[in-house]
Amino acid sequence: MADPVLETKGLEAFYGDFQALFGIDFSIHEGETVAIIGSNGAGKSTFLRAITGMLATKGQDISFLGEAVGGKSAHSLVKRGLAMVPEGRKLFPSLTVEENLLIGGYGRKGVEWTLDSIYDLFPILAERRHHGGTDLSGGQQQMVAIGRALISDPKLLLCDEISLGLAPIVIKDIYDAVPKIKSHGATVVVVEQDVNQAMAVADRVYCLQEGRVSLTGKPGELTRDQISAAYFGLEKEEIV
Amino acid sequence: MDWVNAIVQGILLGGLYALFAAGLSLMFGVMRFVNIAHGDFIVLGAYGAMVAVAVTGLHPLWALVVVVPGMAALGYVGQRVMLNRTLGDDILPPLLVTFGFSVIIQNVLLEVFSADSQKLQAGWLETASIKLAPSLNIGVMPLLIFVSAVAVIGGLQAFFYKSSLGRVLRATSDDQDTVRLMGANNAQIFAYATAIASAVVGIAGVYLAMRTNFDPSVGPVRLLFAFEAVIIGGLGNLWGTLAGGIILGVSQAIGAQIDPGMQILAGHIAFLVVLVVKPRGLFPKMKG
Repeated sequence: MADPVLETKGLEAFYGDFQALFGIDFSIHEGETVAIIGSNGAGKSTFLRAITGMLATKGQDISFLGEAVGGKSAHSLVKRGLAMVPEGRKLFPSLTVEENLLIGGYGRKGVEWTLDSIYDLFPILAERRHHGGTDLSGGQQQMVAIGRALISDPKLLLCDEISLGLAPIVIKDIYDAVPKIKSHGATVVVVEQDVNQAMAVADRVYCLQEGRVSLTGKPGELTRDQISAAYFGLEKEEIV
Repeated sequence: MDWVNAIVQGILLGGLYALFAAGLSLMFGVMRFVNIAHGDFIVLGAYGAMVAVAVTGLHPLWALVVVVPGMAALGYVGQRVMLNRTLGDDILPPLLVTFGFSVIIQNVLLEVFSADSQKLQAGWLETASIKLAPSLNIGVMPLLIFVSAVAVIGGLQAFFYKSSLGRVLRATSDDQDTVRLMGANNAQIFAYATAIASAVVGIAGVYLAMRTNFDPSVGPVRLLFAFEAVIIGGLGNLWGTLAGGIILGVSQAIGAQIDPGMQILAGHIAFLVVLVVKPRGLFPKMKG
């Protein structure tokens, strides 16, 4: 098997003195979609912050495209082909929809993804291109956030809680885009609280609990009991 | 007619105040930090113009060619080497460091140039005027300064809304953290912002030197005028800053018309009134 796109070995992360991640081993290969599930505070978003360089980590514990990138700055990782759809979308309110999309390509210009191909993926954005980024509905804002990440032609796309706070019909629209995104060559990590959604979209799943990997496997091979135990931290007998 | 004259002169003076304020507004907008030494950098630009004129013997306007890029370079290096290290969650370090800059610049200028009051002679430009009405003349130099202010602010506005770097500067103003995920290096972006602001400071310094007397101690008052123009106009709005400068200039002119001793006080009163009535300024754009 080829080298993984992203691999972490024994990744630890701290907020000041507080340890948030305890030795995470994670890998994802080209073309894979991996879901990271877990309850609130399990460390999912912290894990993404750590691998995107937004949260400091030690030198050798993260490798991206075969290069040790632990401790590298967030902007340099974007240039290497990492893009993130942050939790809560984090659009820039002073920028229009189109400007929000364009700014995604500030550090790394794409050829695969352009404004036109993003408007093909989410046609509603073409109509709203001159609206303020934060004037749109939640679902449309999420589409902008995804487009903004795609326009840098990422080798690895990280999506943090892209279904959070959205209506089921909107979530379906957004997840329908994932296969199209993959067909353009990106490898995708989705962080989800919605286990069913994660199982439906992922080739493999990691479950985090209290900063540790509590379960990993393919969706079809994991039982509901296993997932519940890993998700909530309960032993099997305790589940009523 | 005296009153009309006073208001027209006040508007033109407002252009100079807007030039003082634009750099301050820009740095606050992008980095959320107030440069206490802003006024002293303007005075530094004025002395730079004085030296350039003394060395070359050319008209003071030519000093812009040296002072503007010189100040931009100084701003860029100062931001990268010093100020970036002070920026973080705590707002106090940049205030203290720029306060230190203020003291240092004043004392170095005092040491090198003495406390003597200086002024650059602009020759025919100082006396040339345009007759608008029988008793209403406007000086060519104040007009030139006002037109420059409009051009600088229009240019900055176009830069912010039309260029890729301008877009990133606006995004940085919105959210310094998320912009890093777009591949922008904050340290670099901040240095660009300071370089642009310092270029405007250079223009303001040259015009200050041509228009009024200056000595090493006049910086803090320029900072105060700049502050007032920014706050009156509303944070984060460059055209608002121009309006703020004009309101300040007109208030001072009206005050001076009532009683020459009232000039500065009238400006502060106008500022106070705006602060009480609309604490976020007349044309606020920025949240929080």
